[in-house]
Amino acid sequence: MSRYEYTIGLETHVQLKTRSKMFCSCGTDFGAPPNTQVCPVCLGYPGAMPVMNMEAIRLTVLTGLMLNARISGYSKFDRKNYFYPDMPKNYQISQYDRPLCEGGFVEVDVGGRLKTVGITRIHLEEDVGKNLHFGVCSGVDFNRAGVPLMEIVSEPQLASPEEALAYLLALKQILLYAGVSDCNLEEGNLRCDVNCSVRPAGHPALGTKTEIKNLNTFKGVQAALSHELQRQVEVLERGGRIEQETRRWDPDLEETVSMRTKEDAHDYRYFPEPDLMPVALDRALVEQWAATLPELPRRKRERFMAQYGLPEYDARVLAADKGLSEYFEAAAAASRNPKGVSNWVMTEMRRRLAEKDAGLEAARITPEAMAELVALVDEGVLNSNSAKEVFLELFERGGHPREIVEVRGLAQVSDVKAMEALVERVIAEHSKSVDDYRKGKTAALKFLVGQIMRLSQGRANPQLAAEQLERRLRAEPPSAL
Amino acid sequence: MAGDLNTLTLHEAEERLARGACSSVELVQDLLGAIRERDGLIGGYLAVNEEDALKQARAADAARARGRRGALLGLPVAIKDVLNIRGEPCTCASRILRGYVSSYDATVVARLRAAGAILLGRTNMDEFAMGSSTEHSAYQLTRNPWNPDRVPGGSSGGSAAVVAADEALAALGSDTGGSIRQPAAFCGCVGLKPTYGRVSRYGLTAFASSLDQVGPMTKDVRDAARLLKVIAGRDPMDSTSLDEPVPDYESFFAEDLSGVCLGLPQEYFVGGLDTEVEKAVQEAIRLCEKLGARIVEIRLPHTRYAIATYYIIATAEASANLARFDGVRYGYRAADPRDPMDLYTRTRAEGFGAEVKRRIIFGAYVLSSGYYDAYYACAQKVRTLIRRDFHAAFERCDAILTPVTPTAAYRIGEKTANPLQMYLGDVFTVPTNLAGICGLAVPCGFTGEGLPIGLQVLGPAMGEPQILRVGYAYERAAGWGRRKPWRSGGAGPAKEAP
Repeated sequence: MSRYEYTIGLETHVQLKTRSKMFCSCGTDFGAPPNTQVCPVCLGYPGAMPVMNMEAIRLTVLTGLMLNARISGYSKFDRKNYFYPDMPKNYQISQYDRPLCEGGFVEVDVGGRLKTVGITRIHLEEDVGKNLHFGVCSGVDFNRAGVPLMEIVSEPQLASPEEALAYLLALKQILLYAGVSDCNLEEGNLRCDVNCSVRPAGHPALGTKTEIKNLNTFKGVQAALSHELQRQVEVLERGGRIEQETRRWDPDLEETVSMRTKEDAHDYRYFPEPDLMPVALDRALVEQWAATLPELPRRKRERFMAQYGLPEYDARVLAADKGLSEYFEAAAAASRNPKGVSNWVMTEMRRRLAEKDAGLEAARITPEAMAELVALVDEGVLNSNSAKEVFLELFERGGHPREIVEVRGLAQVSDVKAMEALVERVIAEHSKSVDDYRKGKTAALKFLVGQIMRLSQGRANPQLAAEQLERRLRAEPPSAL
Repeated sequence: MAGDLNTLTLHEAEERLARGACSSVELVQDLLGAIRERDGLIGGYLAVNEEDALKQARAADAARARGRRGALLGLPVAIKDVLNIRGEPCTCASRILRGYVSSYDATVVARLRAAGAILLGRTNMDEFAMGSSTEHSAYQLTRNPWNPDRVPGGSSGGSAAVVAADEALAALGSDTGGSIRQPAAFCGCVGLKPTYGRVSRYGLTAFASSLDQVGPMTKDVRDAARLLKVIAGRDPMDSTSLDEPVPDYESFFAEDLSGVCLGLPQEYFVGGLDTEVEKAVQEAIRLCEKLGARIVEIRLPHTRYAIATYYIIATAEASANLARFDGVRYGYRAADPRDPMDLYTRTRAEGFGAEVKRRIIFGAYVLSSGYYDAYYACAQKVRTLIRRDFHAAFERCDAILTPVTPTAAYRIGEKTANPLQMYLGDVFTVPTNLAGICGLAVPCGFTGEGLPIGLQVLGPAMGEPQILRVGYAYERAAGWGRRKPWRSGGAGPAKEAP
């Protein structure tokens, strides 16, 4: 494998979260009955004309800002001409040479190492309809035709299918953060075309590339790339030549299949869309939009480390999830122990949510309650077992931690007198272990502490129990000897 | 004058309706009478809504009786069949749109309705507005009312013919390279191509989106002003429509032209211009001077590139605009297609006429990779030069006077064999569309054979007030509009001028 280097670039199509379509006021709801979200404009009826959806422009600009791209002060739309039944006008309104955003980069976590991947351009276009086949005839559902589609083109800087996947995950995280797309893969919110080539390691020139179109799962991207790169290597190994062509991933056959070669590549005959005015974005407007941007995960991670003293791992995990990081911050603000809060969010909270396969909204525990829970532990009121019990109650039903502690009588036994009684009882009931301890088996102490916990139904302060046990056992010499 | 209400202008009919001298129903009846009498010969209408027009007329009369007023209340208007009318076919005179019924009103149609107008019928045209003679209609021939052996011009030939033959009081046309002004000139009526963006294109089936404009075709300049006022103005459905107030154009009218400076472009008075046409236009210029206008010579040096530039840009845009006619969603569909490619190729081969195919292929060619820079990109640059020519010229004058066409109406069949010959006839009208400015065609006399000749008045962007003022003063002084091609009650077009 190491005898070859891979070069991969991705074109990612992102369905934007707008209420209406790119050029008309039809809705964008997924799953509506066929051809119920259509009008003369998105059906390409004679005489109908497109009108720009400014929200789509805003969301694309926000993405550009999040991806550190240059926002074009002057941008325009073009017609991309080709015939296909799912395309109402037989041209797609897209952007050719003046996209909304140019340049930029995204930081990608490749197995714990950060890699910077360049973004070539981000442009806006309209989606097409969907062809349906019913045996003897076919139909087209135009509900999706005209839905705003943002295309993010990466530089060919990804060196493996794993890097491509990591890039997509980073992109998805940012898109969710900025709120520009739901990134719902089942609904086709994210679709990829990938370009890839192989070359012998150290060879200066890039190999001939192939393009694999319309991959709509991240797994598909990874699998298609793995197979295609392998196929290219095998062709070269056999002494063959790679054809520049467009291929399709067949997930059932687990292989890529040729669709068309360079010879029958489309000539799209792009030209400026005369029905739309160019888009002139003035600085003030872009700045106004920029002011609404959320903090980027990378910056948030750094801030969590500096502000709350979190270890990098915690900061990274929390910052990666917008909702979780916001929850953490709200709880940390009410707490004197942010690291304690982080521990709870990172472990118990995420475990419970994962068990339920639910989002943060499933947790009934408020950030304030979380902060109080941490305080109760820090004050020694709750031991860790009881704290987990209180957490579970809060998580499932909500409420105030101190009340739950009171109602359930979960406060730790930290009272010396009460502890003495427990210590005496355990010593009396487990003389064998007492003997063992005195003979030097220190592990016996752990057992005896466990028995105190059992007798106290978990409410004993384990530290105090161990201290008192030790003192008592050392104070009284073995009577039997 | 009962039975002759069809010969009125819009404003004359409005005045009669207002004082109760006639009803809208009578107006429609007289028009239907004229249509029944003449349209078999003229062929201007593709469809006439007899019953619906009478129903609209009755409703208008009732509304007027209740006190309602509207700029066009109860006044019938004919519509070029390139504009969408809700619930009616819109064929664009093409086979490929056979069976298509509009699900919406074009903005101009909606504005006519809102002003109370009656939609009388849909007029013939060159298929998809591609042509200068209306001979490229897939459905029928339209004849020039002044001489049935002659073409009415095009592409709005049907609209021009029905207005000239008194089968309509007024009509809407569309103008991409002269398609309102040239047929208006050939048929002896008034045609106005507004400034690009002045009138909404929403619902106008696109030929060349950066050149198309909807405009009025009328019996006199006042009617053109009145119709323009109704249809003009910003439309949120057309992003290229201008957000400028619409003035009362008639308020600029005056009987003389004092204080007006008129430019004569030397490039428009050169070889190829018919001597009778030139003489009529020169006389019109002298009359304008007599009315008080100052005449200056101007230069439009890039005029000679206009035809080439126009046919590159217009066909490029058309090649994309007409791609939607594929048999998938509406209109004509070839029988039993094997696959999508077969569906496309046969539907379009069978559905489009020869001239449309020629232009689609031409347009696809000039946009294709390897040729784009030499043709389309170059044409866009020349277009800028042509626009600058006019910009510079309008620094020196208020309006420009030229002929509308190099010749009067030619014979049916005379130019169909040689498309280039027909394209060259657009030499005086296409620069206007390339520059996005406005232009008015006004009758300025007749040839020895009795065929009308048109004077073109060009104005800068948003210069409609001044060209309408010039047109009005000239028309009033010259009086050509009183001549009719059709003798009332006669058996056909008048052979001799009355």
